[in-house]
Amino acid sequence: MNTVGEVEKRPSVLSPATVREGLARFARRYAMQIGIVAVGVFIWLLFLIGSPRTFLSFPIYAAYMSTTPFFALMALPLTLVIITGEIDLSFPSIMAFGMTVYALVLVSTGSHILAFVACLTAGLAAGLINGAIIVYIGIPSLVATIGTQFFWRGVVLVITGGNGTGLTSAIGGVLHTGLVGRVFGLIPAQMIWTIIVAVVVWFFLNRHRFGAHIYLSGDNVESARLMGVNVPRVKMLVFAIMGVAAAFAGVVVSLEVLYFWPTLGEGYLLSTLSSVFLGGTSVFGGTGTVFGTLVASFIIGAINAGIVAAGLTGFWTQLIYGLIIVMSVSLQTVLSRRLR
Amino acid sequence: MEYLLQMINISKTFGEVQSLRNVNFEVGYNEVVGLLGDNGAGKSTLVKIITGYHRPDPGGQIFWKGQPVDVMTVAKARELGIEVVYQERALADQQSLWRNIFMGRELCHRFGVLDVEKMRRETARLMQSHMGFTSKAITPDSTVKTMSGGERQGVAIVRALYFQAELIILDEPTMGLSLSETRKALDFVKGIKEAGKSAIFIDHNIFHVYPVADRIVVLDRGQVKGQFLKDQITLDELIAKLQHVAQTGRLE
Repeated sequence: MNTVGEVEKRPSVLSPATVREGLARFARRYAMQIGIVAVGVFIWLLFLIGSPRTFLSFPIYAAYMSTTPFFALMALPLTLVIITGEIDLSFPSIMAFGMTVYALVLVSTGSHILAFVACLTAGLAAGLINGAIIVYIGIPSLVATIGTQFFWRGVVLVITGGNGTGLTSAIGGVLHTGLVGRVFGLIPAQMIWTIIVAVVVWFFLNRHRFGAHIYLSGDNVESARLMGVNVPRVKMLVFAIMGVAAAFAGVVVSLEVLYFWPTLGEGYLLSTLSSVFLGGTSVFGGTGTVFGTLVASFIIGAINAGIVAAGLTGFWTQLIYGLIIVMSVSLQTVLSRRLR
Repeated sequence: MEYLLQMINISKTFGEVQSLRNVNFEVGYNEVVGLLGDNGAGKSTLVKIITGYHRPDPGGQIFWKGQPVDVMTVAKARELGIEVVYQERALADQQSLWRNIFMGRELCHRFGVLDVEKMRRETARLMQSHMGFTSKAITPDSTVKTMSGGERQGVAIVRALYFQAELIILDEPTMGLSLSETRKALDFVKGIKEAGKSAIFIDHNIFHVYPVADRIVVLDRGQVKGQFLKDQITLDELIAKLQHVAQTGRLE
């Protein structure tokens, strides 16, 4: 587990007591992660019992893997934002803003690759603007990003006049195959991207100086400052990453449905936020894990399909969403208090 | 005689309030100086000038190891090896011990990739050699919020020592601590002396300052009212003098 206890390193005989102590320490350290996996397994078992035919066959999982990444791709970087003690509510509008730029470039150049690059750049710019308003002007992120959320949606509506853009010309191209194709004809490429993003975000959060500074900025901003952490730069960076991720997710969603709707992003706000919080990231900043967010986003993604497959009407969806979120967050809090 | 830190004729005026008046203050090599004074005596102003947060009024001079320091800035103070241990504000509660020890100065491989193993190893070594944590319950991966006040103060002091601080400034390190916790924190101050470093120990509790300080400087209403080498004054005499200062503003 770790290099510390010389006791642990004397392996000769593994007495039951040592094993128990090791297990207890493991449970303490990964309480949140164990909790969220338990919730996931529990819900999966419920669905399995409720509708064994659906949940023992592949198509339902293929469906999860194609739609969950739409918001998981944003929930992962949003975890970084929330660990720094900030929040971002503007990403659904940034998705649409990025795709508006995509559509403009596509219409004028005909190149999806150029459009994609322009889209990510637009997302980066929107993220940096969020960061600048929050860090340098000093507006609380909750207020600032409510503002920019309206602003970017407004920009999208003014530019598009409310009209969408067809993207069928992307079919067969590198971008379409690379982002939303089916690997081996089975696994949606966006699922692979989600895993790649999760690994990269995990690495930077846990094994890089940037991540260490993210935790410190969110935990105790004053001590971080006194110890020489460049808090403004850390916050600018997390918002910039969030902007790029939102633009990227916007492309993935639009290419999957082959159409850009100016309303793109609406409906993703709460599923993205609840993935982060359900995953055990504290709204107060300073703690949170990438693993938790990843598992939680699949729980959120599963609920919708699962309820319908289990034979309940769609009307039940929100009620069960609410129950699962409130119950599992309460459970995590109680568990972590007891284990500590 | 050369001092580690020497401040000559330091004044500081905020608007109409003169919080320091012609203060001369010095810290010797391997010396623990207790800085005593009531609220508003100017202790924290003096410290903030040493750490570069405030500029003194023109006319004052600061010397470090005999060399004049033209402008003391926060960055300059750190570079010289002046570290402040702030009560309560020093640590990130929810992070592990090793992340706190290396806060802002993480050991890295190339490209900023953390050398986690080395930081854990160093933390474990510091825990045994300097912090006296023998309990198996606390590992480098324990979060700081599980620790007591004295232990936390110790972490902050050991962190300063690890990064080769020459002068450690302790801003009320015993505030809000229980009796046994206070003793632990005072032991860490003694550890600074044993490590060959210097310290300025700020407190308004004479019973905490007296046992660990080599010299005690009394500050009152922005002026140095007296200095005592510990071996020249008993605790009782010192208390009597302090009461006199508090009532009259004069030492004699």
